[in-house]
Amino acid sequence: MNRKGAKNSRAQKRTSQLSEIWRRFRKNRAAMAGLIILSIILFFTIFADLIVPYSKCIDQVGAERLQWPSLRHLFGTDEYGRDLFARVIHGSRYSLFIGVATSLIALVIGAVLGASAGYFGGMVDMVICRIIDVFMCVPPILLSLAVVAALGTSLQNLVIAITISSIPGNVRLIRSVVLTVAEQDYVEAARSYGSSHARIIFRYVLPNAMGPIIVNTTMAISDMILSAAGLSFIGMGIQPPSPEWGALLSSAQKYMFSSPYLLVFPGAFIMLSSLSFNLVGDGLTDALDPKLKD
Amino acid sequence: MLKFIAKRLLYMIPVLLGVAFLVFTILSLTPGDPGTIILGITAKPEDVASLNAQFGYDKPFFIRFINYIGDIVLHQDLGLSYQSREPVIDSIMSRFPNTLTLTVLSMSVSALIGISLGVLSAVRQYSVLDHVCVITALIFACIPGFWLGLMLLMLFALKLDWLPPYGAGTLKHFILPTITVSMTSAAGLLRLTRSAMLETIRQEYIRTAKAKGASERRIIVRHALKNAMMPVITTLGTSFGASLGGAIIAETIFAMPGMGTLITTAIRQKDIPMVMGSTLFLAALFSLIILIVDVLYAFIDPRIKAKYQNGGKSRE
Repeated sequence: MNRKGAKNSRAQKRTSQLSEIWRRFRKNRAAMAGLIILSIILFFTIFADLIVPYSKCIDQVGAERLQWPSLRHLFGTDEYGRDLFARVIHGSRYSLFIGVATSLIALVIGAVLGASAGYFGGMVDMVICRIIDVFMCVPPILLSLAVVAALGTSLQNLVIAITISSIPGNVRLIRSVVLTVAEQDYVEAARSYGSSHARIIFRYVLPNAMGPIIVNTTMAISDMILSAAGLSFIGMGIQPPSPEWGALLSSAQKYMFSSPYLLVFPGAFIMLSSLSFNLVGDGLTDALDPKLKD
Repeated sequence: MLKFIAKRLLYMIPVLLGVAFLVFTILSLTPGDPGTIILGITAKPEDVASLNAQFGYDKPFFIRFINYIGDIVLHQDLGLSYQSREPVIDSIMSRFPNTLTLTVLSMSVSALIGISLGVLSAVRQYSVLDHVCVITALIFACIPGFWLGLMLLMLFALKLDWLPPYGAGTLKHFILPTITVSMTSAAGLLRLTRSAMLETIRQEYIRTAKAKGASERRIIVRHALKNAMMPVITTLGTSFGASLGGAIIAETIFAMPGMGTLITTAIRQKDIPMVMGSTLFLAALFSLIILIVDVLYAFIDPRIKAKYQNGGKSRE
């Protein structure tokens, strides 16, 4: 077979593998429900500006303070007369952005450190593991709070704070996955015909370790959304008047008795987005590795 | 076995030093010196300088770190608060009991609920009970703890007036915060216990026990439970950390004077020594818990014991 033919058949194999994963994923009803919820939330996030203009969630309307949900204001209005539906929809941009960004950054750093530790072993492994041990001894929220205390509250610092606290877990996971893959014969074979370390890691080890890593990252997004909302809620994340979900709940606290809807809607959106990533993650676990299924 | 414990205890020293260094370094990134933070930018330079000297800030980073550690080890002193100029350790000691009570209560409740329902759900796999447990656990794992707390506060404290909404003191004050913190980790523990139990039930030795004619109760209690608990115990340390984190947030909702409110107030007031002292204190406690869990695990798992008796070493 010539080179081009080999490339074609490889591409074909990849698509058939993808469609096989999709077929298994589709059979899982819970996972599909998660995917649908996630698509709806993503739709709101992407087209937020077209659905309601951003000004709607910043401009204060004195005449419409604390109104219960109605056709005019689907989710009611807050203490400054701002439309809660607009604020929740635009808030999804913060939460999803933070969730996805922090998970991906933590994944990249975790992959580099974890893969080097698992692949090289010896001194490299020792040093990385000892440093991770130290990070693991600080509860995640304390690490985040320390970062916020030092750098101040802003979107960027919140992302740094949450990312740092989730890197150690990622390094450990990827290291252990890489350890099992690195012992396989095909890695030994690649080494024996003189492939460089970088080539072996990126071409053979990481792709074969991908399953658990993808699942873990999907689940991590859910955790990150919850942590970001929690930090914003105690005033250590996104600050009002930015419509982040946790910040919305924090300011709604004062009015929880007279206007409970202010608590219900942002909370429901946090829960649904976290739930959707969780369900999709569960579905991917089964779809990517049928052997793991019980 | 003694050798193992001694080794782990000795290893604690560099880890704790590392933790202190990590927290110290992060908080040293704070812009500005204590003099400027306390007196403001309009203060006279000599006042700022004298205040900086009082806080030992006139010395370089590493000297400050060594002094800080020295004070902790020799005098149990975590420095002075920028705000009140009183020892940080006093504020910690007055707040810590509340946080500890809340964390321990939440851990116990979540372990009780999570582990027992997890086992039941695995033993009766695919029953109605199992489905209810799995779905409820999934939902609770996705509900932000603080939101649950707010809902409980609204219902039981404000609407029904059964329980006090704010403060600490009596056991009644701890009921709502405990539920708030424990539900998320109970959900996690339930899912973990269930899958560990399901995996164990499929092992050969369970089939052997069944073939021998052992009763189902005996199989579950004597054979399956013991083995299924291994992965659960390893996560208890982490879940202590999660409960601690949950407690920090729950304290804000229920206005409980604990470490969480102490740290968040200190962050707002830019009271860096207070943040540092409290963070280090809790991190040290957490490392100690992880150590205890590790040692416990070695006691329970004969494989680890054997490894140390043979003196063999292997990579994890």
